This record gives sequence, structure tokens and C-alpha cells, in this order.
Amino acid sequence: MIALDDIDRRILRALMRDARRSAGALGRDLGLSQPAVWRRIRRLQDAGVLKGRRVRLNLDALGFGVTVFLGVKLALKGRVGLGDFERAASAIPEVQLVQHVLGRYDYRLRVVARDLPDFERVLRRRIMTLPGVGDVEANVLLSNERRPGPLRGPLGG
Amino acid sequence: MFALDDTDRRLLRQLQAEGDAGLADLAARCGVTVATASRRLARLESAGVIEGYEAVIDWRALGFAVEVSLRVNLDKTQPRAFDDFITAARDIPEVMDIQTFLGRVDVRLTVLARDMRHYQEIYRDRILGLPHINDIEALVLVSDVKNSESLPL
Repeated sequence: MIALDDIDRRILRALMRDARRSAGALGRDLGLSQPAVWRRIRRLQDAGVLKGRRVRLNLDALGFGVTVFLGVKLALKGRVGLGDFERAASAIPEVQLVQHVLGRYDYRLRVVARDLPDFERVLRRRIMTLPGVGDVEANVLLSNERRPGPLRGPLGG
Repeated sequence: MFALDDTDRRLLRQLQAEGDAGLADLAARCGVTVATASRRLARLESAGVIEGYEAVIDWRALGFAVEVSLRVNLDKTQPRAFDDFITAARDIPEVMDIQTFLGRVDVRLTVLARDMRHYQEIYRDRILGLPHINDIEALVLVSDVKNSESLPL
């Protein structure tokens, strides 16, 4: 496992906010030369910590007004393979996230839709017809705050 | 709402599929010139459709092997239940997401931990001390089957 120092953590935090910051700009903020920042970024990439970048789109501007998290319990465990459910759920374009979990539910799904009637259509036609689907609980997302996570304090140890 | 045409849609689809793609690569895959791709992306950014680009971090590579989704039901007889809870949750470094909901769940926290023992520490020492909790329920992540954050454009 890779050990991080405070400068590594600051680089990761900055890149989480804006992945396009150049090594030069980061270096100016951190009091380091551009090659020194570049070496650190390369090391984080090689260790598999930095896995690339992702575009952040504004859902409202694109007309996706509703995000719903679903807890799904499978009804017929054993008879329907988990693989069947996972493949079918992953193939639904409106489903952004499929997580296999332990607890009250077997799966967590994140669904995006234009509005509530559109969500109802996805729920009825796509989700309720998934192989093996049992109890489904829906919670409509109201606000979403992404935190820097454990990059604030010392890691590892 | 921003009206996308086919070129915008192609660009956004490719960007969602591969956020790392360079401009020339992106333009080639969308069948447009680099100048067009560059102009379109600038327009989508100034219109606020593209909010930015964020680094994807693999927390497992940093030793955080455990991810737990904590679903919290709050005591709504307390008028400041949401504000107090969220403010206090922000102080816990291992809390990655704070989401509020309409439904049976009021607030959901994503918690990262190095292992189950570390999780137990966070849960007992930090989470259970958060204000106005009525009920709390944990879903432990086994695996991400799909995690695209892609929109069906």
C-alpha cells in the first residue's frame, strides 16, 4: 500500500475538485516545481490511486430532474442467479449504479429520470420486471454533498 | 434546460465513457474537427452543462477496503434535526457522501474504513454520537457491479 504525505493529500484533494489543474498550477499553490508535482502524480497513478478523470455534468441543465436510490431485495434467491439480475439491471440506461450489498437489501441502485412520471415508467417497466426482483424501496434524492473523505487527516498507520 | 443537438450528444456520450480522452481523440471519435469539438465543449461549459472534471480515486489502493452505506432516520420532532446532524457529520473525515432523501431514509452517509475493526471504531465513537438519530441501518458494500455516473443522453 502506498504511503501518502501531506503534499500528496493536497494534490489529490485539488484534483478531486478539478482534474484539469496542471502540474505547474498545482506546484505554484504548493510551493513545488512542476517536475516535482508531476513525479508525485505519476507515482499516484502507478500505485493505482489516481484512476483517471470523470466529467461532471449538471443533471438539471440536461433535464434530469429526479435521482432515486432503490433498495432491492431478491425474491427467489437460489433459483435466479445473481448474475442474471446484475446483467439485466446494468443494461438499463437510466440505472447509473448497481451495488451488491449486505444488509436489509441485496442491491442498491441509483436511477436518473426526467421527472417523477418518467421515474414511474422506469420503475414499472424496467425495474419491477427484473429477474428475481422482490421488495423494492425508493428514496428520492434531495441533496448530495461530496466530501473530501479521509484525505484530510493522516492516512494508514 | 439546455437544448442539445446530435453533435453535443455524441461529445457528451464519449466524454462520459472516457473522461481521460484528449481533444483530438474525442473529436475523431465523434467525427468532427478538433476546432468544432473545442468550440462545442467551451459552449457546454459556459452554459453550465459541463460543471468540471474530477479525478477518480481508488480508495482501496489507499487501504480503505470497507465501504458502508449508513441509512439514517432522524427524530423530526427536533426542528434542527437535519442541520445539526449534517453539520456534525461533516466533521467525520471518513464520511465521503452526505445525501438527504424524501422517503423512509432521511440522510445517507457513505463511510470508508480500512477494515471492519476500523469501521467498528468509527461507528461507535463517531457515528453513534451524531445528534437526533432515530434509527440507523447499514448496507455493507460487497461489490460495484456498475458505477458509470453516465446519463442516458
